[in-house]
Amino acid sequence: MMIMPLLEVKNLVKYFPIRKGLTGKVIGYIKAVDGVSFKINENEVLGLVGESGSGKTTIARCILLLYRPTKGDIIFEGRSVLTLRGNLLRWYRTRVQAVFQNPFLSLNPMMKVKDIIAEPLKTHRKDLNKEEIYRMVYDIMEKVTLPKDLADRYPYDLSGGQAQRVAIARALILKPRLLILDEPTSALDVSVQAQILNLLDDLKKEFRLSYLIISHDLSVVRYISDKIAVMYLGKIVEMADSEELFEKPLHPYTQALISAVPEPDPDFFKSRKRIKLPGEIPSALNPPPGCRLHPRCPLKVDERCKVQEPPLIEVEKGHYVACWKYYRR
Amino acid sequence: MMVSSEVKLMMKLLIKNKVSFAGFIIVLTFIFVGILAPFITPYPADARGWVFHMNQRLLPPSWKHPFGTDEFGRDMLSRVILGSRYSLIISVSVIGLALLIGVPIGLVAGYLGGKVGSALMRIADMFLAFPPLLLAVAMAATLGRGLRNVIISLAISWWPWYTRLMYVQTNSIKTMPYIDAAKVLGLRTPTILFKHILPNAITPVMVQAALDMGSAILEAAGLSFLGVGVKPPTPEWGLLVTEGWASINRAWWISLFPGLAILITVLGFNLMADGLREITDPRLRRLLISRGGRI
Repeated sequence: MMIMPLLEVKNLVKYFPIRKGLTGKVIGYIKAVDGVSFKINENEVLGLVGESGSGKTTIARCILLLYRPTKGDIIFEGRSVLTLRGNLLRWYRTRVQAVFQNPFLSLNPMMKVKDIIAEPLKTHRKDLNKEEIYRMVYDIMEKVTLPKDLADRYPYDLSGGQAQRVAIARALILKPRLLILDEPTSALDVSVQAQILNLLDDLKKEFRLSYLIISHDLSVVRYISDKIAVMYLGKIVEMADSEELFEKPLHPYTQALISAVPEPDPDFFKSRKRIKLPGEIPSALNPPPGCRLHPRCPLKVDERCKVQEPPLIEVEKGHYVACWKYYRR
Repeated sequence: MMVSSEVKLMMKLLIKNKVSFAGFIIVLTFIFVGILAPFITPYPADARGWVFHMNQRLLPPSWKHPFGTDEFGRDMLSRVILGSRYSLIISVSVIGLALLIGVPIGLVAGYLGGKVGSALMRIADMFLAFPPLLLAVAMAATLGRGLRNVIISLAISWWPWYTRLMYVQTNSIKTMPYIDAAKVLGLRTPTILFKHILPNAITPVMVQAALDMGSAILEAAGLSFLGVGVKPPTPEWGLLVTEGWASINRAWWISLFPGLAILITVLGFNLMADGLREITDPRLRRLLISRGGRI
């Protein structure tokens, strides 16, 4: 029997209508996410990479029920979450939590640190009294290595790393199963980035968490992920185990991304072949027909690239790629 | 801790700004006089107005009556002092009531947006379509004279301004990531509205309210002056100005002193609010905080 995945995203589609004029007539759609499917198992970390505008954050916001998907389904622990109401919706809110990009913007500037962290408990755990709530707050602050004396401070007294720890503590205090990390380190200094990533790695083991980590930075995702999915213009172009993807990238877009990762060894950096894609990422308002990469693609396999979209197929066990080059009948 | 230190910082800034500090002092004086009025009037009976002194009609300012006396021989200083209490009551209740109606409507309209939000805002716009004083005059004329009716008519012509301001503020704050975070945490909408949006949106509204305290006094005086305000012999400042109007050629002091009281108080509120606006500007304040509050 197959193990039930913790989260399954099935053929997710999100189009944003563009309206014009007083009547709000729809004159087009931004195809932010266009048919994306993936699974996250218990205790697994899936990294979602892609440049800005590729639809990573839209996927996260759909999972967090901040956007309503146009089509598709999101299944968490066997339940479709899009139709949840009342108690079941509250249950989902306690199971799936999020950490956002800029910690200073994701913390209410008018609230003290301890009250920010305590708020989820006050909402979902009516059975606890004040004393128990704050004991749990101090507990979780210790777990995310926040000094106790910050409890009475306000967010703008904190450093970026401290503020992000507060956001992590707030997300973890309800003991969720899945954490959506939307660019959790990109607003931080490089030295702090490493600390936060290490912390997330430790917390994952301690709380038996699963992560969906979203980043444009491959090295961040590589460090922490078990599986990586690469997105381009609203589609997943390649998905594989972390090491596999870095050692044997198949899709030309993935190859280009990986060759762009800065390398600390200058000799290796020079000897390495860099793959450059000409031009810019096209607008999601009007994506190219056929394979979405074809105007920039160095391979250009055959005529199908221009007219027909390549399906995402499993070329090796657990290694999926959407490119005509690997398509076999 | 931080809030109180912020208040301290704001006080510091307020004192530093000489002009707005002067306004602040005027406002404080006005509030104190208003509260203590019944105990500090030299002639309490004259102040309330139910007396005649036929032997001391229209006396010019003197040591005995520094602001002179009116048509009925009543001491003008006493009447102006007691008048401050009415002005205080009017301004506080009008602005308080307008905030109470206007802020929640703007908050809900801004947060919900869409059809409900538009509907609420169009209602507010209907009120804004009238010149405010004209609307208040029409309301007051319909309701009849009296302190309560003055307050109601002014508040009704006032609340849409706060609705607008709150609507715009809410609209910008609801897209902040901490509101997303609150939704993801499963907080109820009222909690998001009143705990997360309201405290972050209210500052410009409060500054506007401080500014409007003066305008409310001015408009209440306007209503009295036009004959649809409080009933004589209430010593409301606008009414006092009107009462002196008939005899302004013979006795300039009757209208002058209540008029000056209005002028100074309104000016005081404006100067104070101006300073408040400056020190509550987040960019400026951040700059000052980053200097460790030393100015």
